[in-house]
Amino acid sequence: MADKRTTLDEFVASLSSGMTIGIGGWGSRRKPMAAVRAILRSDLTDLTVVSYGGPDVGLLCAAGKVAKAVYGFVTLDSIPTDPHFKAARQSGAIEAMEVDEGMFYLGLLAASQRVPFLPTRSGLGSDVMTVNPSLRTVRSPYGDGEELVAMPALRLDAAVIHVNRADAAGSGQILGPDPFFDELFLGAADRRFMTTERIVATDELAAEGPIQTMCISRLLTDGVIETPGGAHFTACVPDYGRDEGFQKEYVAAAGDPDAWAAFVERFLAVDEAGYQAATLEAADERAAAKAAAKAAAASKEGA
Amino acid sequence: MTDTTATDITRADYCAVACAEVFRGDGEVMASAFGTAPALGARLARLTFAPDLVLTDGDAALVDGAPPLGAPPASLVFESHMPYRRVFDVVWSGRRNLIMMASQIDRTGNQNISAIGPWGQPKAQLVGVRGAPGNTVNHTTSYWVPNHSTRSFVEQVDVVSGVGYARAAAAGPSATKFHEIRFVISNLGVFDFATPDRVMRLVSVHPGVSVDDVVAATGFELVIPDVVPDTRPPTAEELALLRDVLDPRGMADREVKA
Repeated sequence: MADKRTTLDEFVASLSSGMTIGIGGWGSRRKPMAAVRAILRSDLTDLTVVSYGGPDVGLLCAAGKVAKAVYGFVTLDSIPTDPHFKAARQSGAIEAMEVDEGMFYLGLLAASQRVPFLPTRSGLGSDVMTVNPSLRTVRSPYGDGEELVAMPALRLDAAVIHVNRADAAGSGQILGPDPFFDELFLGAADRRFMTTERIVATDELAAEGPIQTMCISRLLTDGVIETPGGAHFTACVPDYGRDEGFQKEYVAAAGDPDAWAAFVERFLAVDEAGYQAATLEAADERAAAKAAAKAAAASKEGA
Repeated sequence: MTDTTATDITRADYCAVACAEVFRGDGEVMASAFGTAPALGARLARLTFAPDLVLTDGDAALVDGAPPLGAPPASLVFESHMPYRRVFDVVWSGRRNLIMMASQIDRTGNQNISAIGPWGQPKAQLVGVRGAPGNTVNHTTSYWVPNHSTRSFVEQVDVVSGVGYARAAAAGPSATKFHEIRFVISNLGVFDFATPDRVMRLVSVHPGVSVDDVVAATGFELVIPDVVPDTRPPTAEELALLRDVLDPRGMADREVKA
């Protein structure tokens, strides 16, 4: 079996400006954030980002990497919206293709099945059809005569997903409760990357979880990259939950240009190891601040 | 059991009961409910008059019974695996009954959760249309608006996310085939579209709210019957379930005051 292990640098080097890139995960859950951070450090620009959107979309917008976003929503889950994505839309900085999230699924499915479109009822009558004037309907060739939305294939130049475990040959294992649409992102893409918490030997995968968790076959991957903490600050259960404290820090910093510059310098202008170290430090600082506030409140109560 | 009397009934209780009524008579369908009152309503229906209703854990599973709000994941009894991709099989099969929220809702039942203002450069980008376009043309949908005002009840929504009656009719038979906007429930009252031209009608007001209050808070002309009843109160059993079982910490009262 081919050894598909590679690095974040090689991942970024295989991309070019103007590409359409699919990002796996969902909202603020199991996002390939180490790969997103690698893109942020690169000189790539003018990207079309296709995503069940979370902070991946927000960060790429904040860094000016995005020409167009294709999405059904952009959310941080515990915080309803992403501030950078909002700002990019509200300043008119990006083009938007907003579709129903089921249409989005069918777009990926069509691309992975190599058909030009798939029919669906979803979208009919809504402004999805008017804000995306290129969308068309199709009439059933059978007796029913139904007129349905023809959701076009969302073909991707590249896709990246993040999983809990993988082997060097590119089989991936998702140990959390939801594989989301990761398999379809890979199926829809020409260049297919998978980051993982840990690379293990193929014969060790079965000890990590049952056969249903081994849901990414090596037929779907070209490169596998070990990135411990690679979904941070999004959730990557059961390895770790969402770092809610850090997510709040991300949102708070977005509201102020100076605070955002400091956030970028501390967390994003450094390499992946630097990021992981800085976020641990930041967690300690938040814990210390919380303890200090608690102590202050207790002494006030005692006074 | 808590000693409850009619005077203990809060506005939030009326909202929860009104949300529960959304699920009456539907049998074995998957309930999805966004917001606190809808989450309570689905659970209340499951424990009383809709025992076949199927509830989710809000993540990737169907759960047995009706877990209290904020129940720890370890306490849940799973019935079935329901990851997002499979949710679409349910949506498109029609075996779902949903209460979504609405940043804006209009006279013919269009809902907006996408953006406020012009599409190319909105004044406020919201979460996005999410599944609203597909939900509304595939299965019964209702809406929950905890902040009824002329900003949320508008003549025409800015971006049609959930499809209302006029838009579905204009889109043709494939859009109307499975379309039903059952109820709109706000912190002031209950509304439906049981009018000849399928425009919003006031069904009931929550006790303490007058018809004039509703009219003043609504940015379009409602159909108002000659007699507008009060929203029904919870039964003693329902009130006990709300207080003692489903929402002992009173989260619903934080969503809706009074």
